[in-house]
Amino acid sequence: MENKYALFLGCTIPLRGRQYEKSAVEIGRLFGAELEPQQDFACCGFPIKSATREGTLLLAARNLAVAEEAGLEVLALCSSCASVLAEAAEELAEDDDLRKKVNEKLAKVKRKIEKPPRVRHFARWLYEEVGPEGIAEKVVAPLGDFRFAVHYGCHYLKPSWAFHDAEDPEAPHSLGDLLRATGADVVDYAEYKKCCGGALLGIDAELSLALAGEKLTRVKAAAPDAVVLVCPFCAVMYDDNQKKVAAQLEAELDLPVLFLPQVLGLALGLSAKDVGLKLAKNKCEKLIAAFAEAK
Amino acid sequence: MTIIKTDPNFKHEVAAEPGGEAIKYCFACGTCTAACPVRALDERYNPRKIIRMILLGLRDRVLESDFIWLCSTCYSCEERCPQGVPFAEIITAVKNIAAREGKLHPAYVTQLDLLKQFGRLYELEEFDNKKRLKMGLAELKTTCDEVAKLLDDE
Repeated sequence: MENKYALFLGCTIPLRGRQYEKSAVEIGRLFGAELEPQQDFACCGFPIKSATREGTLLLAARNLAVAEEAGLEVLALCSSCASVLAEAAEELAEDDDLRKKVNEKLAKVKRKIEKPPRVRHFARWLYEEVGPEGIAEKVVAPLGDFRFAVHYGCHYLKPSWAFHDAEDPEAPHSLGDLLRATGADVVDYAEYKKCCGGALLGIDAELSLALAGEKLTRVKAAAPDAVVLVCPFCAVMYDDNQKKVAAQLEAELDLPVLFLPQVLGLALGLSAKDVGLKLAKNKCEKLIAAFAEAK
Repeated sequence: MTIIKTDPNFKHEVAAEPGGEAIKYCFACGTCTAACPVRALDERYNPRKIIRMILLGLRDRVLESDFIWLCSTCYSCEERCPQGVPFAEIITAVKNIAAREGKLHPAYVTQLDLLKQFGRLYELEEFDNKKRLKMGLAELKTTCDEVAKLLDDE
């Protein structure tokens, strides 16, 4: 395992997903990897793809150039950042003319892409480099009393070509496998592969919240202790906006929402503080108490 | 009777956009529409219908519509398409054409402005950096002027 990685935070995490970042960095440390944000990383480009695909490619390429210059592989915490950076890395590696064209534009900001660095989602890296067995070996606080609902989201898996078909988006299992390694149960629920609706929040809030509502209704029916996910924007929909989703549904939700490395971290002996458990918007006191007891 | 203005070149125009190339392979099976989580909740958005409208040359109706902005970019349509038509890319190509004609959805106008200003979608203030430091996380730069330089020509 290479021990140092360029940690890509994107726009949302530095402000609204610090518990995700903190727990991921701590998990990296437990397995001998240093995850370091690069100061020159900026937006991945994904948010403006509807306006300008070329602009998206330029922003993605700029970030890849920053990592290439540092000689580091990229680990992204946000699934949309992971997919747009992986797409760009793939296109720029395959197409010499495109790379030349992009480099002409990047010259304006004194950046250059020669060989795009490898890009992976943090959870993909964890699954491939540590794996469920590696997690299981280091569990000190088994989570056998807990039941979790996994939300894979879209861009952790898709477009599958950008991730070299690392996992079949029609039958994803990696996140569940990692969670089960802690001894926890992973519940089945209908429509578990569906989208959170996050990309539409600024376009049509009612429709966006309806997408989240459909999914959270299914999750609620499975009665898990928490929803576990790997994307800060899915968390914006399910955690930050849960009250609005519930109001639109005219239903009670009260679902704690946690990021995968927070849960894994607790099983691996990190403290509630180390994994930022109190930063969830939808308070999870019951869960915090239960975790304290499990320890 | 209403006469609908068509532009038979529209499909070629979409096909000329990066990501739009495969539109003509569509054989209208509707797998994209069946796979679409937005379509399941909102009838305005129908991938198969949008493809047919493009192929029929209903340029103005497509570019001036509200529905082109309703893709949630989940990629279910293109993962399941038996013809390898990447509809998520095609709708992006259509939105890019609309954007160049001054019809960009206002949400993206705002996002472009924010990115040019801060290099991120949200402003990261010193206050946020204090919170980050307190948690043992790295302090981050609050702006990135390279983003504006790259986007100014776009």
